[in-house]
Amino acid sequence: MIASTKPSALEMEAIAARHAHLVQSSSKEGLKPMLICIGLVLYLAFSWWFFSIGHVLANANWGIAGTYLADWVSYEVRPEIEINPDGTMAVSYGRHSPLGKDPNPEWVMLDKEEVTRAIEAPAAATQARSKASSSFNFMAPDAALGAASAADQQTAVASRTEEVVTRAVVTYDRATRIEVSDKLVAATHAGETVTIMVDGSDRVTAQGDLPPWATQKRRGAKITLSFGLTGWAEIEGNEVSIRNRFFGWANFLFDTNSPFFGKSYGEVARLILSGDRIDPARSNLSLAWDNILYNAEWQHLDVWTKLLQTVVMAFVGTVFASLIAFPLCFLAARNITPSRVTNQLVKRFFDFLRSVDMFIWALFFTRAFGPGPLAGISAIFFTDTGTLGKLYSEALENIDDKQREGVKSVGAPPIAVQRFGVLPQVLPVFASQALYFWESNTRSATIIGAVGAGGIGLKLWEAMRTNSDWENVAYMVLLILMVVFVFDSISNACRSRLMGRSGH
Amino acid sequence: MPASVLSRQLSDNGALIERHWRELNDRRRLYTTLGLAVLALTLFASLWFANDSNAGKFVDRLPHFFDFVGDLMPRDAMEILRALFDLPSPYDDGSFKYNYPEGRLYVTDSLYIPEYVHKMLETVNIAIFSTLIGAFFGFILCFLAARNLTPSAWVRGPVRRVMEILRAFPEVVIAGFFLAILSLGPIPAIAAVSIHTIGALGKLFFEVVENADMKPEEGLRAVGGNWIERVWFGIVPQVLPNFTSYFLLRLEINVRASTIIGAVGGGGIGELLRLSIGQGHQAKTLAIVLLLFATIFAVDHFSAWLRRRLVGDQAFQLAQ
Repeated sequence: MIASTKPSALEMEAIAARHAHLVQSSSKEGLKPMLICIGLVLYLAFSWWFFSIGHVLANANWGIAGTYLADWVSYEVRPEIEINPDGTMAVSYGRHSPLGKDPNPEWVMLDKEEVTRAIEAPAAATQARSKASSSFNFMAPDAALGAASAADQQTAVASRTEEVVTRAVVTYDRATRIEVSDKLVAATHAGETVTIMVDGSDRVTAQGDLPPWATQKRRGAKITLSFGLTGWAEIEGNEVSIRNRFFGWANFLFDTNSPFFGKSYGEVARLILSGDRIDPARSNLSLAWDNILYNAEWQHLDVWTKLLQTVVMAFVGTVFASLIAFPLCFLAARNITPSRVTNQLVKRFFDFLRSVDMFIWALFFTRAFGPGPLAGISAIFFTDTGTLGKLYSEALENIDDKQREGVKSVGAPPIAVQRFGVLPQVLPVFASQALYFWESNTRSATIIGAVGAGGIGLKLWEAMRTNSDWENVAYMVLLILMVVFVFDSISNACRSRLMGRSGH
Repeated sequence: MPASVLSRQLSDNGALIERHWRELNDRRRLYTTLGLAVLALTLFASLWFANDSNAGKFVDRLPHFFDFVGDLMPRDAMEILRALFDLPSPYDDGSFKYNYPEGRLYVTDSLYIPEYVHKMLETVNIAIFSTLIGAFFGFILCFLAARNLTPSAWVRGPVRRVMEILRAFPEVVIAGFFLAILSLGPIPAIAAVSIHTIGALGKLFFEVVENADMKPEEGLRAVGGNWIERVWFGIVPQVLPNFTSYFLLRLEINVRASTIIGAVGGGGIGELLRLSIGQGHQAKTLAIVLLLFATIFAVDHFSAWLRRRLVGDQAFQLAQ
């Protein structure tokens, strides 16, 4: 019973009094952890000041962080509803809309009307010209003729009819919709409706109080409506910008220029299997595959090539490094090569390779070979020759001497002593270390790529610098994570076979 | 060995054993040869691919391989020291190449910290600060990921997965993301390095915890200690030396990592190095390389010395 073994408070005191040296540690020992803690706190406070962390965090644009994070797994469709002073509207989706060239999504309901415009820009121009001709008339004898032709032109313009939008209803989700008609914007969200008057040029006036999800910096200025993850909208005097957010990656397989764009999987499969050739020069399957590889938005082929480069950099760099480190480590190990000078020289050489970091090597080799995987391979090769050489020579120095003596005692030549007395002991360790570095280099190859040494790093970095391609970043990160996990497990499996259970 | 022994007829059983041994040996040779052939094939394919997708071809560029050494030669050796300590250069023509004194950071009216030393200190500080943050969270997480302290697989599994993802998540992306939100400066680098360190140290830490001696913990359990007391008084004292050793190892790695992250994400000496190599400022480049080399060398050796004192020779299993 736990309760009965627990001593009472009185007994505890008695025990403490009898064995004071056990209960109370010496003042010196008690002080040490406290001093370390105080030092840590002081250091952290210093760093907080040194990096001005508080200031930076306070000035950070946290609102945009949410948007960027949402961009990883979702995309926005951005219809712009342009409002003319007469209350008619036009809807456009921008050039790079994920919905393609002429979208007509069902969540945007438009009432259209044929309108005959009397006053319009081209009409005004003709008017000006007719005015000019009329002033000409004034002087010229054939006034009647000119006036008639001008009137003709004007009627031609006036009779031109055009389809305009008179009412637009955008439905974000069941609780959120925006209705625009007759220069009135009615936005409904979370059970509240706000009606906003626009004048078709630059004034925005809300009727009644604004709900908490709507903000206006000053009277008459634009109003921003935020609907959380479903999107947002911005209402200006002559335009309502809709930002409707959808979950998923847009156009992941086919971009909007592809003939397969907008078709369901079934339709695409049917086209590929039995449809007529879209491009007479080749089969639909090869066209589809080509469209996927060269998807302008996702650039699958380029991303895969760059990823393969990263993998290759890590692989080749590590293989070469272990091949070079292998003979050198015998020179560095003091139990194999008795010469102190050689030992120290080779060891300092390893130290040099290691300490001139992979990053510096990468910068140098990018200048020597030009940007690309060769620079990355060389950087990994140089650094890892140093690291592996150091580890290998340490492994050699820790071997059991008995096997060597055994081989030596039967009169074997020096090479045979190394081959049969030393190698069998260290080869599993060597291979395991090489595998470990292969795996860890797959990870670090991403980052030296960002300074130009080839691979996916640079592509990743460029995608991030635009601040608008976060979904591509997510895609590449996902691929990198997958590759790293695959190689992790391969290397772990190999290593545990090599070293037995203790290899981890 | 006498010939009569070799020519002696084996019994059926003996012949079987010999045949089996031969087959086994042949099979092993075959596997080794096949393995090496596959390795060589992959290597050549990889090399071809790397060469093919590189901007300059290996064979074409090889004669120019040591061009960068020529690019690195300053006008005289003293220039390196002048660049390092921000002393005025006799070649100063007003260009960025020789404007060494401009980066001085004055502490008092006459005493100043040279620019590169200041930036190097910043990079080292980034490394220390983020290793501390990473170690703090790794310390908290590792007990939840250890089989012997957290029997529930429902807690252990997710904690380990989280650590794996933190470890494998490309640091560039974390730095880039924070760079987009925060202004330019060292904090994106701190965030990137810390997050990676949580995952890396968390894994090393929980492996140490799983190998810890459970007897002190049992003793504490016997007198009714709760989970936190058991961990704090039973496990932590045993694992602390190993934790410190791994902390120092990680610090070495993080000094390098924060240099690279600085180069891509702004802040620290890395960015200066990248710029000065790109613009062909020989003396400045060599000064920074020298400083970096000395710093990394010093940190490595200091940490190796401290680790040897803390845990003896077992500190030398390198882990990343």
